[in-house]
Amino acid sequence: METLQTIEQAAWRGFAGRQWQDHIDVSAFLKANVTPYSGDESFLAGATPRTEAIQQQISDLAKVERERGILDADTKIVSGITSHAPGYIDKDAELIVGLQTDAPLKRAIMPRGGLRMVENGLRAYGYELDPTVKEIFTKYRKTHNEGVFDAYTPQILAARKAAIITGLPDAYGRGRIIGDYRRVALYGVAALIEAKQREKAGLAQAGTGEDVIRDREELSEQIRALRELLEMAAGYGYDLSRPARTAQEAIQWLYLAYLAATKEQNGAAMSFGRTSSFIDIYLQRDLAEGTLTESQAQELVDDLVIKLRIIRFLRTPEYDALFSGDPTWVTESIGGIADDGKILVTRTSFRFLQTLYNLGPAPEPNLTVLWSPQLPEAFKRFCSQVSIDTSAIQFENDELLRPVCGDDAAIACCVSGATVGKAMQFFGARANLAKALLYAINGGRDEVSGVQVGPQVAPVEGEVLDFDDVMRRYDAMLDWLAETYVDALNVIHYMHDKYAYERVQMALHDYPVRRTMACGIAGLSVAADSLSAIKNGVVRPVRDETGLIVDYTVEGEFPSYGNGDDSVDEIAAGLVHRFMEKLRARKTYRNAEITQSVLTITSNVVYGKATGNTPDGRRAGEPFAPGANPMNGRDKHGILASALSVAKIDFNDARDGISLTSTTVPDALGRTRDDRITSLVGVLDAYMVAGGFHMNVNVLERRTLLDAMAHPEDYPNLTIRVSGYAVNFVRLTREQQMDVINRTFHGDPL
Amino acid sequence: MNTVSTVHVATLAAPRPPLPGYDPGIWRAGTAGWVHSWDTSVGVDGPGCRFVVFTAGCPLRCQYCENPDTWTSLGGQVTQIEDVLERVRRFRPALVASGGGVTISGGEPLVQPAFTARFLAGAREMGLHTALDTSGALGHLATDQLLEDTSLVLLDIKSFDPQTYKVTTGKELAPTLRFARRLADLGKPVHVRFVLVPGLTDAPENIDGLADFVAGLGNVERVDVLAYHRLGVSKYEQLGLRYRLAGTPPPTRGQLEDARRRFSSRGLVVS
Repeated sequence: METLQTIEQAAWRGFAGRQWQDHIDVSAFLKANVTPYSGDESFLAGATPRTEAIQQQISDLAKVERERGILDADTKIVSGITSHAPGYIDKDAELIVGLQTDAPLKRAIMPRGGLRMVENGLRAYGYELDPTVKEIFTKYRKTHNEGVFDAYTPQILAARKAAIITGLPDAYGRGRIIGDYRRVALYGVAALIEAKQREKAGLAQAGTGEDVIRDREELSEQIRALRELLEMAAGYGYDLSRPARTAQEAIQWLYLAYLAATKEQNGAAMSFGRTSSFIDIYLQRDLAEGTLTESQAQELVDDLVIKLRIIRFLRTPEYDALFSGDPTWVTESIGGIADDGKILVTRTSFRFLQTLYNLGPAPEPNLTVLWSPQLPEAFKRFCSQVSIDTSAIQFENDELLRPVCGDDAAIACCVSGATVGKAMQFFGARANLAKALLYAINGGRDEVSGVQVGPQVAPVEGEVLDFDDVMRRYDAMLDWLAETYVDALNVIHYMHDKYAYERVQMALHDYPVRRTMACGIAGLSVAADSLSAIKNGVVRPVRDETGLIVDYTVEGEFPSYGNGDDSVDEIAAGLVHRFMEKLRARKTYRNAEITQSVLTITSNVVYGKATGNTPDGRRAGEPFAPGANPMNGRDKHGILASALSVAKIDFNDARDGISLTSTTVPDALGRTRDDRITSLVGVLDAYMVAGGFHMNVNVLERRTLLDAMAHPEDYPNLTIRVSGYAVNFVRLTREQQMDVINRTFHGDPL
Repeated sequence: MNTVSTVHVATLAAPRPPLPGYDPGIWRAGTAGWVHSWDTSVGVDGPGCRFVVFTAGCPLRCQYCENPDTWTSLGGQVTQIEDVLERVRRFRPALVASGGGVTISGGEPLVQPAFTARFLAGAREMGLHTALDTSGALGHLATDQLLEDTSLVLLDIKSFDPQTYKVTTGKELAPTLRFARRLADLGKPVHVRFVLVPGLTDAPENIDGLADFVAGLGNVERVDVLAYHRLGVSKYEQLGLRYRLAGTPPPTRGQLEDARRRFSSRGLVVS
């Protein structure tokens, strides 16, 4: 029998460093063993016939899925880590195995988050939930969704109904938690269970306060989940109790750990972490030992990415409409720099990006480059090239992220940084700042329904809006909004922990974990431009017969956010700061640290739909700009001026991320491919040096999108970035497609 | 701006604006200029990210001009040089980070040589790369100091055949060629631009002549052969101007490649 020591010696042969061997510390392992790569992409290998064959099978299935909505669903078995028998795409050809259910693209039910989501999700596609499951989750087992509504206040319900606070994860899994899946590969599950047992034992003398009891129960659940992970992996013929010995095993271990999470949680965003340079250490060892070729290394990465592309959750069509298609936010963070200045770009950073060529462009996994001007030039150019060719990757500022989240941070969802394995977040969707401005003007009445939702105060009187008066009212309304909003989030996360705890993901975190409560805002540019209009122009409210202000007339010019004009850009940055201060004053569940994002995903469309006429001239129902973007079509001075206005928002006021989606026509980046690659590198360097946090880049012609709307069958893989993630353009609703087409295309004379 | 306090704008004793509509006092001092707009761009107006100022007024009337709203001083607003430079200053870190700088374009910037000189000198003082985007038709108004403060000239040579040049622009070719030779003598880096318009500028001998001339200069780093497009047409309608190329199609890919080859075969870098 092998001793633990010989098992580890075999698995860790040739690895440097001691610190990570004594206790769980993947980051230390990474820094001790990573081989930075400053060369170019010429070493990369293309797709093998094996990869192409598997990809073809998936494409065929995905086509049927697109036509039907979903390919298939299991209506009987409640999903869990060990719920389903092993599933395969093509058992003999797959290099990395494991599916969420027993067949590819077959969706599982996860009712712990909420039964209605499951029932409606099934019904929408012609399936009926098994009555026994329904009985269990109505009669015997409460869901997160039920718990939340038991504890919501009338004030929260009214705000929710009026859509001044929306997108709340109160009917489904909250997501945004990244397990450190690398731990399973590096240490094996047996060692992780032991560590968890030690953590639990450490609480034996901590008394029996409510928090200690909860922690002990959670740690027990985590250990149970790790044992289930072992069982699930054994079904695929793998012994995950020991550390991985080869690159194939490392990727397989890591993927099975992630798979366990996706079998247990239908989270809004199920991000993958920061794995490429970790995997690189194993790939380079095998390459050095002569047991792997570059083509085989790429094949392993390609096969992993195929798996990540077919992660599916059962959701309702309304949910999909809100989020544009069927996003899973399998976000993988690539690149970045270590605290000691060591470059964390490796050959496998390139290999991950190469999958967009080998497998074609796709929205998932959400490949995210942690960018710094200090990264090797060849890598920056390759990222730029991939972005121009595929519009499928996004960029986040490593120089801002690192001081806050450390050098082993990954992006959860779109823009939210987290220290891998050490921090989790309570996802909080967002509050509508534009609507809040209308409430301030209307004394708390909803401008669409006329219902009194906010605190009742006298509405604005007189014929012309006065800036100082409006700001006083707005400030008070934002107090109410922050209070109501954080109250809702506290209820949600209390119940999620209670009824839909992320056992395996939390098992792959240290104890105790650092928690942030990730609030968010929408409608920033509309609010900022509206305030600019009130300040610089003459804005007259238009009242209906009940005295409700339903429209505004605007006279005179006013500067718009996004044109390098400090007077209005500072209004935007100031609003973010102001709301952050108000959020910070609130008490949070489990003392989570409050952060906020300026990110809308694609809900800028539905937020706009729910918001009446605004003083900036935007018509009722028209979409907001996405994320922190200047309002569509109002940023008239080029991609850089637009981006630099966004960069004025202080990251410290929005540490959960500030999202900018820029679209440019190819000609506006230069006349040759080489020029365009250089240009985009320049834009990214410029934006990030100026303090910009996140940028999505689409390099597209507007007419391409119009043609794709007319002939979707010709564009099955047309991928575009929206707000923090990529979507398949032809899967957007018509409304969302029009929203994208109406956004600013820098360099487009139309 | 004491470093540019002695701006020599022309060789004439009492310099006058080359076009009507400019207050001579303001024009001579250059402390303010008739500015149409500003923009940021990347990859097309010089290296890296650029802050681009478009001045108002141009002596040429190119048939394919996409900015007829910049033909006269009426297309601009009198803007203080300090305000323009202050805006540049706010963009400076980003421009530097991208390896970019500023570009003054138009219209024709050399219609306002004193203002252009102050702009270039001011940007240069900030350590920025500077580009002058010009047709060269008023090249004689550019002082040596102005050119000294210019890192790169984007020289738009509309045609090489004098008659074609006149038909295309309404003016003479010779001043542009004189300016090109002066830049060559100074060793100033130049990017030449040539717009290929079917039926107007696409005669083989016209292109070959230009290619020979450009190749002989020795200071031309690259040549951009651009395809004529009709994106400016709507501006003509708005301004009530007749668009003379109404029936002209954009060049085909083959025509463009042929034109580019005529430059590249002479050892020029072409895009």
